[in-house]
Order: sequence, then structure tokens, then C-alpha cells
Amino acid sequence: MAAAATILASEERGDTVLRAEGEWLVARAAELDRTLHNLQLPQGRHVTLDLSGVDRLDSAGAWLLLRTEHELAARGNRVEFANLAQRFAPLLEQVRSRGVVEPLPHPIPAHHTFVGFLERLGRITAMLLQRVYDILGFTGLVTVTVMRLFRQPRRLRVIATLVQMEVVGLNAMPIVGLLSFLIGVVMAYQGADQLRRFGAEIYTVNLLGISVLRELGVLLSAIIIAGRSGSAFTAQIGTMQVNEEIDALRTLGLDPVEVLVLPRLFGLGITLPLIVFYADFMGLLGGGLMSWAALGINPPNFFTQLHTAISQSTLWVGVLKAPFFAAIISLVGCYEGLNVTRSAESVGRLTTQSVVESIFFVIVTDAVFSIVFSMLKI
Amino acid sequence: MAGDTDCVIRIRNLVNAFGNQVIHDGVDLDVRRGEVIGIVGGSGAGKSVMLRTVVGLNRPRSGSIEVLGRDVLHMTEEEQRELETHWGVLFQDGALFSSLTVAQNIEVPLKEDLHLPERLMAEIAACKIGMVGLPPEAADKYPAQLSGGMRKRAGLARALALDPEILFLDEPTAGLDPIGAAAFDQLIKDLQSSLGLTVFLVTHDLDSLFAICDRVAVLIDKKMRVATLDEHLRDDHPWIHAYFHGPRGRAARPAEAADRAPAVR
Repeated sequence: MAAAATILASEERGDTVLRAEGEWLVARAAELDRTLHNLQLPQGRHVTLDLSGVDRLDSAGAWLLLRTEHELAARGNRVEFANLAQRFAPLLEQVRSRGVVEPLPHPIPAHHTFVGFLERLGRITAMLLQRVYDILGFTGLVTVTVMRLFRQPRRLRVIATLVQMEVVGLNAMPIVGLLSFLIGVVMAYQGADQLRRFGAEIYTVNLLGISVLRELGVLLSAIIIAGRSGSAFTAQIGTMQVNEEIDALRTLGLDPVEVLVLPRLFGLGITLPLIVFYADFMGLLGGGLMSWAALGINPPNFFTQLHTAISQSTLWVGVLKAPFFAAIISLVGCYEGLNVTRSAESVGRLTTQSVVESIFFVIVTDAVFSIVFSMLKI
Repeated sequence: MAGDTDCVIRIRNLVNAFGNQVIHDGVDLDVRRGEVIGIVGGSGAGKSVMLRTVVGLNRPRSGSIEVLGRDVLHMTEEEQRELETHWGVLFQDGALFSSLTVAQNIEVPLKEDLHLPERLMAEIAACKIGMVGLPPEAADKYPAQLSGGMRKRAGLARALALDPEILFLDEPTAGLDPIGAAAFDQLIKDLQSSLGLTVFLVTHDLDSLFAICDRVAVLIDKKMRVATLDEHLRDDHPWIHAYFHGPRGRAARPAEAADRAPAVR
């Protein structure tokens, strides 16, 4: 059985003979590589590589032989092959002439040093700044396209916009409603638990009304929509980019911003305020039912208390933010989609990035709104 | 084991159908060791389905397929995996993994079972890249950065990573310019003779057929007609005649074959 592969060194009449034996196949390459590394290579001698014992040879084996020859030659040896079977000659010749025979240098990974760390930090910072700049640029491009639409309203794609309204708005109603309802329940329950200690259970309604209307309804809707539709925008447009469909649009004289971005922007811009209104309602419903069940605040009392706690502006403060959030989600989603390069991996990466970025910007914008409103004493 | 060891692929009475539409109805084919067999047929005749069936991506309705003497349709997963190391497949557009560089693509099959050291894998990958005629810089490029012809070469390098005995090629020259296509034909011919490959070539390219195929299998009327090119040139089945004697067929045929064929008819 000559199943294993090996190479043996011996001395014959002052010459070194390396005898290769067995199956020089890719399946044996690991052990061969080890054996070859452990071999003491001579210097400045005449070396014969005797291949008489080689039963089988493939290109990986041939490459290992040629690498050995190369290393021997680099040490000042005169190398020759001996007893090369006729059937292996073309293979060896093919690998020698076309394949790269020089062994690869050991690369030293640069990122393990302190300088490498600083370099990466700088690179990431520059990349982030570039992103913000690019998204601003894209916002400008979309604004210009919207302006053009004001002059030529017939260019608005009504059907596409309606389809987007259905997909991003109408179809999101069950999940947004359910989650808002549950958040209302949780808020009422937690609020009641704390306020009961002061005998102020009735203020649960105030807590519920203000937090749901001002913040929770709109934030929750925006985050759900960012996860649900922002990701879909990126994936759809990104896949079109991979298939060169965007390029096809351009060559047909169609503006991708007009055809793809504006329907999504308008569809979400129109439906998100409505969704927020609906989420507010469902949140109050959940909180109200919970107050009734846990605190015994019946509906008439609930409404009386709610009436003293909130004014119209409480509702509008929440709903007013919705178009801004809608713009952020659709712009970021479409921008990342158009950024996709021609690989499956970049679709996945940019989709993740689009969701993270849009939620991030939504929350930052919400914080800015809070500051502005408190300065305006609303 | 099949008695005839020189037959690497043996297909018997193969039936493929999608719903009511029968694609192959009793196809027989023997592929001999070391030959280049070209599979031709009209669009929709089921050439690619044929290839996909042999490599186990498509389950036929009935029939038997033996590759290297082993029954492909009734084997355990381990046997299947073992057998897969004996063939390489080049899909139409290379089907490289887009998130990996060319070198990493070639290392994928090497990584799977062999536990090679990283450096050796990189060296073998660099060697294959050279063998398919790509420049060394291509190793660190992503498929999106390569031209169509380079992607095909990289796909070929990946198919050859494990030094397979059988190479399946699906339209390797489609979408290449004539010079690139001729170079690719030559490359396959070179590799075939030096590595001792058996090549199963699905193609529409008449130049490829004349340049590198030993035998040609024509998929027609849901059956397979296997013969050498000379015999096909003499065949008077209307489709085969139109295929080989059409303007493109005449242009592609080497001079001596062109002289001979009309004399026989």
C-alpha cells in the first residue's frame, strides 16, 4: 500500500536525492506541506528530485514539487527532475508555465498594532462624515426633483404612490395597532403601580395620554415602519441595482429618483401621520381598558380625566413629527438601496445599515423636536 | 460497479418532466473517460436541465444515472459529498460567491474537507489563478470588479480547485467576445489534456464544438443523438441539418470538414 505520500532524502555519490513517493494529491497536500517544511534543504549542491515512486499526481501535488524545486534553487542548488512518468509530464509543464510557482510571502496583519488601530479609527470617522455628506446630497437631489414636480405635476406617478401607500401604510396597520395597544396596556399598568403609592391612581390617565400622544405613538410607529418598510425599500432598490434595472431605467430616459424614490417618499409621507393617529388611538384604548380593569377607572371618568390632561396641541405635537420621520425613513432606505454594488452581500449589509441609520436619525430628530418644543413652551 | 470502467457517466432511459411538460423522454448517454463531449440543442431543449440532473441539482422522474460507476440517484449524503469532490461545475456566469474574493472563492472547496494550512491554501489558489490565465492581482478582487470573461475564468479555477476528474461546463463561452471565446476554448483544451479531464460541455457555440469536442450529443425530440461531428454533418434530420449547415454552422466549420460534408450528401 503506497496510499500515503511522502518525500525522503538520501545521499548518493555526493549528490542529494529527494525521492517523492505515493499519491501527490490535494487530499494529501496538508501532510506533504508539513513534511516538506520539516525537510532540511541542502545548500549549493546537486539535487535530484526522483519521481519514480509517485503513483498519482494532481496540480496541487505538481505545485508542491515545483515549489520545492524553487526553494532548492533559491538556496543555490542545481536541481533536476528524474524518472518523471510520461503521463505526468504535461501536467507538470502546465503548472510550471501557467501557475504561479513563487511561494507567497507571509503577510503581517497591520491591524494588530496601535498605529493600525488609529488608522482604522480615522478611516471609520472619515467614512461616517462622508455618509452624512452623501445623505445630505441625496436629500438635495430629491428636493430638486420634488420642486420640478411642482412645475410639472403630471409627472407624479399616482398609481405607484397609491401602491406604496397600501404596502407601507395599510398593510402595517395590524402590527402597529397590536403593538400600540400592548404598549398602552403596559404604560397604564406600570404607571398605576407607581402612582398608587401616592394615592394618585387617577393620574395614570394623564401619564398615559401625554406619553402616548406626544412620544410613544409616533416613535413606535416610526420604528416599526423603519424595520418593516425602510428595509424593504433598500432591499428592493438594491436588488434592482444588482440586476442593472436602475441602469436600464436611466437609459430609457427615466429618472430613478422620480420613478422609485418619490412614490415611496410620498406614500410614506401621507400614510405615516395617519398611522400615528391610529397608533395613538390604539395606545389610549389599551391604556383605558387596563385602567378600567386594574384601577376601576370607568370610561366616563377616563374621558373626563383625559380631557383635563391633554389639549389638542398634545395630539398635534405627536402627529406633526410623523412627516419628518417618514422623510427620514424613505430617504435613508432609498439612498442605501441605490448605494448597493453588484453583490448579494452588499444588499444584506446596506439593508441592516438602512434600518439602523433610519432609527438612529428618527430618535435624534425626536430629541431635537423635544428641545424645540420646550423652548417654544408647547 | 459498472463493468465498463472507461465510461465515467452512464445515463439510461432518463425522463425529466416539469408538470405535464416532458423535457427528456428516455435519454441514453455514455461519456467516456478523457473525452470532451458537447451537448447541443435548441433553446428549451433541456441542455442545462441535463447538466443539472447529472450533478444532482434536479431529480429526474425516472431513469438511472451512474457517475464514476456510482448510482447518483440512490446514494447517501456522505457518498454524494464524496462524489462531488470528483467533479467541478462551471455555471453560466461563473456563479462566484459575490461576498468573497476570487482567491477565497477558490479556497471554498479546499476548506471544506482538507484542513490545509492557510498559507498553502492561498498558494494553491494563486496557482489555479495562474493556470486559468488570470493575472495574480485578480486574487484579491471581488467578482463585481471583474469582467465577464474574467469571472468565467475565476469560476473555472474554482471548479478545478480539487483537481476533479469530470468538468461540467454550462455555456462557458456565452457572452464572450470571439477572441476571448477562442482563448477560453484553448484553455479548456489545454487543461483537459494536461489534467486528463473528462469534459461535459453544454454549449451553443459552434466554434467551441468544432474546436474542442470529440463527440457531440444533440438533444432533439426529447432524445439524445450522440455521434462525432462528421456523422452529424451527414445526418439529414431537419433540425440537425439546419443547425450544422446553417450560415453560422458553415462559417464555424473548419475547411476540410466543410469540403468533405457536401461531397457525401
